[in-house]
Amino acid sequence: MSSPNDQRSGAEVPETTTPPAPNTRREFIRSAGLFTATVAGLGGGLELLTRRPGAGSPGVGGAEAQGADAFTLPNRPLGPYDTNEKVTPWAQSTTYNNFYEFGTDKGDPARLAASLKPRPWTVKIDGEVRKPQTVDIDTLQSWFPLEDRIYRMRCVEGWSMVMPWLGFPLGALIRRLEPTGKAKYVQFTALYDPKQFPGQRGRVLDWPYVEGLRLDEALHPLAFMAVGLHGRVLPGQNGAPLRLVVPWKYGFKGIKSIVRITLTAEQPKTTWALAAPDEYGFYANVNPAVPHPRWSQATERRIGELGRRKTLPFNGYAEQVAGLYRGMDLRKFY
Amino acid sequence: MERPAGTARRAAPAAQPRPVARPLGWLVPAVTVGGLVPAVVLVMDALSGALGANPIQRATLQTGLLTLALLVLSLACTPARLLSARLSPSGRGWTWPARIRRTLGLLAFGYGVLHFLIYLFDHGFTLSAMAEDVVKRPFVTAGFTALLLLVPLALTSTSAAVKRLGFARWTRLHQLAYAAVSLGVLHYYWGVKKDHTPPLVVAAIVAALFLVRYLMRKPARTGRQGRRASGPTTP
Repeated sequence: MSSPNDQRSGAEVPETTTPPAPNTRREFIRSAGLFTATVAGLGGGLELLTRRPGAGSPGVGGAEAQGADAFTLPNRPLGPYDTNEKVTPWAQSTTYNNFYEFGTDKGDPARLAASLKPRPWTVKIDGEVRKPQTVDIDTLQSWFPLEDRIYRMRCVEGWSMVMPWLGFPLGALIRRLEPTGKAKYVQFTALYDPKQFPGQRGRVLDWPYVEGLRLDEALHPLAFMAVGLHGRVLPGQNGAPLRLVVPWKYGFKGIKSIVRITLTAEQPKTTWALAAPDEYGFYANVNPAVPHPRWSQATERRIGELGRRKTLPFNGYAEQVAGLYRGMDLRKFY
Repeated sequence: MERPAGTARRAAPAAQPRPVARPLGWLVPAVTVGGLVPAVVLVMDALSGALGANPIQRATLQTGLLTLALLVLSLACTPARLLSARLSPSGRGWTWPARIRRTLGLLAFGYGVLHFLIYLFDHGFTLSAMAEDVVKRPFVTAGFTALLLLVPLALTSTSAAVKRLGFARWTRLHQLAYAAVSLGVLHYYWGVKKDHTPPLVVAAIVAALFLVRYLMRKPARTGRQGRRASGPTTP
């Protein structure tokens, strides 16, 4: 190519029908190289742009989580609020999480949970209570005998799990705090600390995450404060050290890593209801009849299954909680 | 299948005084194979469980992103060719983007169909549920329409179809790609619950590509009639 001959005698080239052999071989090797480079470049580039290896693949969640796969719930009779549906394995319930404080990808929480330090941890209790105080998490959970609750959990995105929580009823805590007559709602605030929650460095949501319940909802025996999962201490990605579980509502109501509980007279301004009021209401009761603007809520995928199943009103807890909403238009108060 | 067009078009420059030592014969096969790599990886991921706890959702997301990425790449070919012609001293610029445009477009369509099939599978192939989604949810309507718009483009992607339609009409038909990519970006934007940065980045790239086309449409063709023909290329 660099030989001056080639350039000068351009017109003569077509006459030689077959180029000299070494040239052909060099040309072939060159083409093969370019072919390979292009395949690798385009294929690799597309993979980099679009591939999001799913959480739950080996290695995610660390060795500790792997070992926990072998963990089985102790044999015990089902409690009055337990479902007997198949429990979602630890590996999946701890690697497929929505916890935007760590990041918007479902794999982010498991990947980054080590940055959250659940001890020491204090919870501030204030507002319309006779016993405002700031209490250490270990003290707080020592107030109550811990119990198991096997609950269905339905995410607003259309997937669901069965979670074996460990904790205590929220009602027991509320009663211990002695609400004043003005208390109508309970507001929960999650930790705000971008050092521990890398996802809080961006303004994806208005941090800190705030959730809330009406007082009668909070006092319902199903409403639960979890400090454990699968009989183990709650992992960071699942909301350590203290999270709310309200099984008849969409999962986003179950605020994680709680640092403050405030009893209020006014309905709390909750994070998702502020971010997208047309999509995520304050009540967020699981309701197959009220679709999300972008998808139907009539069906859901149980994690671990390929097909979909019908979503039940109040996530299957209608018998227990429907009475809380008697007389309310749940299309309006979604 | 890409070969006839490629070789036919190559014949012209070869006959010109400057013989090209690079036949570029490897290019279209390489783009085809490279574009199929993610499909192979996706199948391997699905079989090995690497798609995670909700594999259907993962596969839907990835095929959607691939559709959009390849669609954007195919739409980048013409602006790349125009820009390279403007920037090169000889004014000739690259010819290779034009040669891979069809392959990229067909790959985009293929991934779009796959994306749609996974969505259908997710809904148990119940057409009533799908129809309800398409009618009632703008998010789905946009994506579905984008895919429908790509169907005639895929069907007329052969050289024979260009001849049959005539170049001007074929070009006009293929401007549907602008609508398809715009709807695709909208579908992506509406599909994201929070953090709209990625769809906005794609929207900015698409807007930049449209802008290049718009600004460079005159030098796009040689000859006066070409100027008129290139008018409607602007979205």
